[in-house]
Amino acid sequence: MSETTISVESAVEEIEEKGDVFKSILRVARYMAIRIVTLFITVLIGIYLVVLIANMGGYVDEIRRGAIREEISMRVYMDPSPEIKQLSSEEKNALVAEQVAIEERRRGLDRPFIIRSFTFLTNAITLDLGFAEDLVSDSGSKQVRLILLERLVPTLLLWGSFSFLLFFTALFAGLFLSRRYGSWLDKLVIALTPTSSAPGWFYGLFLILIFAAVLQILPFGGLVDAPPPESKMLYALSVLKHLILPTMALFLGNVFVSIFNRRTFFLIYSQEDYVEMAKAKGVPDRLLERRYILKPTLPPIITEFLLVVIAVWYGGVITETIFNWPGLGRALYSAIGNFDTAVIVGSQVIYAYLLALTVLLLDFLYAVVDPRVRIGEEGKRA
Amino acid sequence: MKTLRALFQYPSAIIGGILIIFLLALSVYAVASIPYNEAIRLWRGGEAVWYDHPKMAAPTWWNLFRSADEKLSETIIVSSSDESVEKIYFDTDGEIQDVTFNLTFDYKYNEFPDDITIFLSSTYDEKKPHANISLIQPDGEEVRIASLSAESSTTYILSQDKVLTRRLGRILPGHEAVLAVDPTDENSLAQTGTYTFVVNGSLFEAESDLDAELVVYGDVYGIAGTDHRRRDISVALLWGTPIALIFGLLAAVGTSLTTMIIAAIGTWYGGWVDAVIQRITEINLVIPVLPVLIMVGTFYSRSIWLMLGVLILLYIFGGGIKSYRAIFLQVKESAYIEAAQAYGASGPRVIMRYLVPRILPTLIPGLVTLIPTFVFIEAALNVLGLGDPILPTWGKVISDANVNGALYQGMYWWILEPAALLMVTALAFSLLGFALDRIFNPRLRGM
Repeated sequence: MSETTISVESAVEEIEEKGDVFKSILRVARYMAIRIVTLFITVLIGIYLVVLIANMGGYVDEIRRGAIREEISMRVYMDPSPEIKQLSSEEKNALVAEQVAIEERRRGLDRPFIIRSFTFLTNAITLDLGFAEDLVSDSGSKQVRLILLERLVPTLLLWGSFSFLLFFTALFAGLFLSRRYGSWLDKLVIALTPTSSAPGWFYGLFLILIFAAVLQILPFGGLVDAPPPESKMLYALSVLKHLILPTMALFLGNVFVSIFNRRTFFLIYSQEDYVEMAKAKGVPDRLLERRYILKPTLPPIITEFLLVVIAVWYGGVITETIFNWPGLGRALYSAIGNFDTAVIVGSQVIYAYLLALTVLLLDFLYAVVDPRVRIGEEGKRA
Repeated sequence: MKTLRALFQYPSAIIGGILIIFLLALSVYAVASIPYNEAIRLWRGGEAVWYDHPKMAAPTWWNLFRSADEKLSETIIVSSSDESVEKIYFDTDGEIQDVTFNLTFDYKYNEFPDDITIFLSSTYDEKKPHANISLIQPDGEEVRIASLSAESSTTYILSQDKVLTRRLGRILPGHEAVLAVDPTDENSLAQTGTYTFVVNGSLFEAESDLDAELVVYGDVYGIAGTDHRRRDISVALLWGTPIALIFGLLAAVGTSLTTMIIAAIGTWYGGWVDAVIQRITEINLVIPVLPVLIMVGTFYSRSIWLMLGVLILLYIFGGGIKSYRAIFLQVKESAYIEAAQAYGASGPRVIMRYLVPRILPTLIPGLVTLIPTFVFIEAALNVLGLGDPILPTWGKVISDANVNGALYQGMYWWILEPAALLMVTALAFSLLGFALDRIFNPRLRGM
């Protein structure tokens, strides 16, 4: 009886929606186009600011010029070959100046920084990331793209396992607790929520202390055992063993507040009139959860989750440092330490693009999943 | 007042409040007991300030976890300028005068000390005094230690005297061999009892004098232990408290208030003002906070106040603006705002008098929970080696411990002490914020 009522209701909804479908698609398309353009401009300005900061507004060029001059004069004055040795000091100076000019031209340092900064920007936006100054990839290449790609794998591995674990734990634990609202388990999770105000790397210290230093069952850090195992199977197992602690650290730093947020969210939603109505009609619990609670709450849940993941991603530098994890964050950190602007800008471009894509994806999801969000109109206002 | 009474109904608020009071008390104690300049001197003064502290020593309470015959030694300092030490001068012949004094100490541990060092200091015009040092062990046996000429300040380290080590059996390093029950046994323990270092000095000038200070470096020190540079960690723990609180509070208040005011300005004036603010917010989202802070720290300055400024700047146009904007859009339509406009209130007046105060209470829980976030960012910068170059902070202790392999070498206290304080800070503010959230957002009440 109740089942048929629902199907009639949803059928009516569907018919109403279909009449609107074409209009909606047009509106969504227009909105998305505007969003893409504004996001692109946003990324452009953001990256340009990063370029400026990473070059210290041109000061890094001065450092490089100084380094070139020093290196070349050392080379000329220390040159053991007789032809150069017999030159007078003025001739030597002239030779140095000439070689410095060649080297500066080769590295593009002869043009003013403002012009160079725009070249950096276009290169960065088109993902032509250039060559690193100091950092080298494991295969020995100085191409920033290769360095970053190589580092991206461990980072994605860590973040992938962390995100997966967090998302599903929070979702199911939240759903479970919202059903057991007020139970001792519920109270326990509430009591533990404040622990999430400490970040993952902080828990990492404790985890290393307990599992690596005292119990000695898991490694202190790194990606694989040294030397790396020969067989693929053992290699994967070794990586897995090293993955446990950093993943757990990030997980511990976020899990309780995520569960709490989910639970509260579900609780608020389960008090909505239409849920009460469905409950009164006798819709079974499982169906109620899936269709009346989970479905409408999914978009905001995904948003919040993605924002958490991005925020944690930015904090990755420090987690990767604590665990010696050879990921993007560590690469960024050592690049900054070496004034390696190409790598800094390169990794920021990747961050920026990932973020912009996420935001775009979210907008799109909102438009598709939740008909209550009338994004077309909001687009006009913004 | 009503809020305060409501707060007492939440155990989390009470616990949080107590912890915050504890932290505040600690800050007041730190500032009162160690003035700022003294703290900087103790933290950055150089070898002269902490030469008589043991290196990487555990805190004294660490001994509570060890059995009676495994107790770690405490540092013993005996100086010839102490009142209990008697200096005896006697002439041998015209020119040369001799001085002798005993540096006596009780050693009551089975574990060896970290090291034994004798700091000789002398005054002379041209001819340096000469010192013969020997040690009388508890059983009365006398061991020759060293014979050296004393410059105005000479440091003699027993563990590094290869000759002494060779003479005493080649197995234990000098400072252990002289105290050992059996210097030729690798597993020997230290002999307990009274030891006396006898210093015999020959002074070659009438005005010349010789002094010595004996430091038997222990393995425990003070309430918090010491670090790799022999600094007393308790200085950083104490002074780290006010610094962390001020940093967290300033950053939290600075960001939330400014964010709110900017959001109010945007919604009130609308149009291009709003559009610009929205676009800046979006651009700011693309710029990641931590990497920018690292860049600023590496390229420009590591000063904590510069970091604070940059942090506030980056957070002002954060995600908060969007949520405040949504609230202000609603508030803007209220009747009392219309009334204010009707009597001719100007834009700034409406914003500062009517819009912002209206939603100020909702800001408070967020502000309180934001404090630990900033405290941890400051600690994170320290762990990356970008801490303030002058101030002693908790993060710096963690960073030092991490760099010096405290976890690998079992020096857990080094990390656990600052970590515990950070944890207390985090819990204190989030517990309080949690309760405040319930009070100011009635929708959550009872959930």
